[in-house]
Amino acid sequence: MLLPAILYVLALVGVPFLLAFYYAVGDVKVGSTEYHFVGLANFSSVLQSPAFRRALRNSIVFTVCTQALVLVGGNVLALVLKDPFRGRHLVRFLVILPWVAPVSIGAIGWKWILDSLYSVINWVLVRLHLVPALSPPMWLGEPTLAMISVILVQTWHVLPFATVILLAGWTSIPRDIPEACAVDGAGYFRTLFQITLPMLLPIINVALLFGIVFTFTDMTVIYILTRGGPYDTTQVLPSLAFFTGVLGGDLAEGAAISIFLLPLLALVAWKMLQTARRAEVG
Amino acid sequence: MAFRRRPRRALAVTLRWGVLLAFSSALAFPFYWMLITTFKRTSDLYDLKNNPFLFHEPPTLEHLRLLFRETLYPRWLWNTTLAGILVVAITLLLSVPAAYALARLTGRWGERLGIAIFLTYLVPPTLLFLPLSRVVAALGLQDSIWSIVVVYPSFTIPFSTWLLMGFFKSIPRELEDAAMVDGLTRFQAFLRLMVPISLSGILTVVIFSFTLVTQEFVYALTFISSAANQTVGVGVPIYLVRGDVYYWGSLMAACLIASLPIGFLYNLFLDRFIAGFTFGSVK
Repeated sequence: MLLPAILYVLALVGVPFLLAFYYAVGDVKVGSTEYHFVGLANFSSVLQSPAFRRALRNSIVFTVCTQALVLVGGNVLALVLKDPFRGRHLVRFLVILPWVAPVSIGAIGWKWILDSLYSVINWVLVRLHLVPALSPPMWLGEPTLAMISVILVQTWHVLPFATVILLAGWTSIPRDIPEACAVDGAGYFRTLFQITLPMLLPIINVALLFGIVFTFTDMTVIYILTRGGPYDTTQVLPSLAFFTGVLGGDLAEGAAISIFLLPLLALVAWKMLQTARRAEVG
Repeated sequence: MAFRRRPRRALAVTLRWGVLLAFSSALAFPFYWMLITTFKRTSDLYDLKNNPFLFHEPPTLEHLRLLFRETLYPRWLWNTTLAGILVVAITLLLSVPAAYALARLTGRWGERLGIAIFLTYLVPPTLLFLPLSRVVAALGLQDSIWSIVVVYPSFTIPFSTWLLMGFFKSIPRELEDAAMVDGLTRFQAFLRLMVPISLSGILTVVIFSFTLVTQEFVYALTFISSAANQTVGVGVPIYLVRGDVYYWGSLMAACLIASLPIGFLYNLFLDRFIAGFTFGSVK
């Protein structure tokens, strides 16, 4: 009963996984069936290319900034959502939407909101006299702003997921623990930082690990908002692999680039195993 | 004491509602904006003098008419639904028996194998899409909806198996034993007893797999090259744009229609997905 599922997953995850390595040490091109072993040539050429180094740096910035925002935002939001109130279900529905709606579709919504000419954000900023009316910010056209934009939109997309996970953690803390601390004279923030947050650490871990995977390995938001531009300044590893492998037709180099996703993924998988084992023991 | 507490309480309540309002409006804003844009006339949308939050001309259904009559949007909705149904069917067919077997394996091995299967869910499409594009071509499925029907279960099965395993485990073994004593085979006991009891778990997997199908972007973008065979998730952002011209009205209508029903369904089963993602470490 177990075998069909295992075989299916092995065939479509295990086999391509190995093929990725096979391509990365060869010279596979789209439209050709030839294959020559080239050793680590692809890796060394990738490592020397400035485009790759920039993508690697962008990937790290993109992931770290997004996760930092998500952790702070997700915990604050979980904190205000944890106790029942009227309309909680509606609020939860609105809050979860960015995660559930197809990412590509949410991103195209943002593309309209950040439009160079008709941006509603700019309209508001101009009316508030925060930016000049004649040269409002080009959210997706200027390197730094473009990076900030893609980080914020990715945060918008993954924040709900972290929130619901953290919410499960917050609601699992017995009410009498913070109350007991208050009776013992500990202030709100002391209780928060010394008692509640340490208790939440395992669940924060889970939210963070999934968040890293969903952000580090995804290219949808960036592909739709900027296509990696302007001038490759928002290119990340997955999008660079896509442009090299699919649009550039260089499967070998594309595969080599995406293999650089692995070390971080392996680390995350290892951390998750630890978490799962602790849950199993506990 | 009571006198001092009241203003502080009021402050806390205000703060709380302020935070709630700020977050929910920021998170839901794009969908609100899609709604406004959908019903605005083009001349109203593109007049820079107008306040974009207000309707300066009467609302219109023109964008919706254009979307459903003159674009491939209905086709994409159909493709996505069809792919979704088929992927869900394959997922159930393979993950229900696998999860049951894992749940009933004795010792720690069931749990370990379950975790191993779950971990494959973490291997991202962006690592596999290049080799898979060749596999898809070798199978003769390129540029067809069948390519994703075959490939998508590779990420729906791991998570579904994991979710269902937890479900089956919560059903006491004695129940099946009793049924088997009464003369049912293990397979019959599974089919007539376990499946009906875990119907809500199975429904969770159906919704979850279906939403994953609508959300996937990289595989569909890579494997399918003609607009008519696309899913909603790729069709709308890539093919609804003609050259450099964005038909924002229709585009936003397309986004809204594709987002809301899925959001609503997912919300109904949210608590179960969370249980799966947190390895049962919170109850």
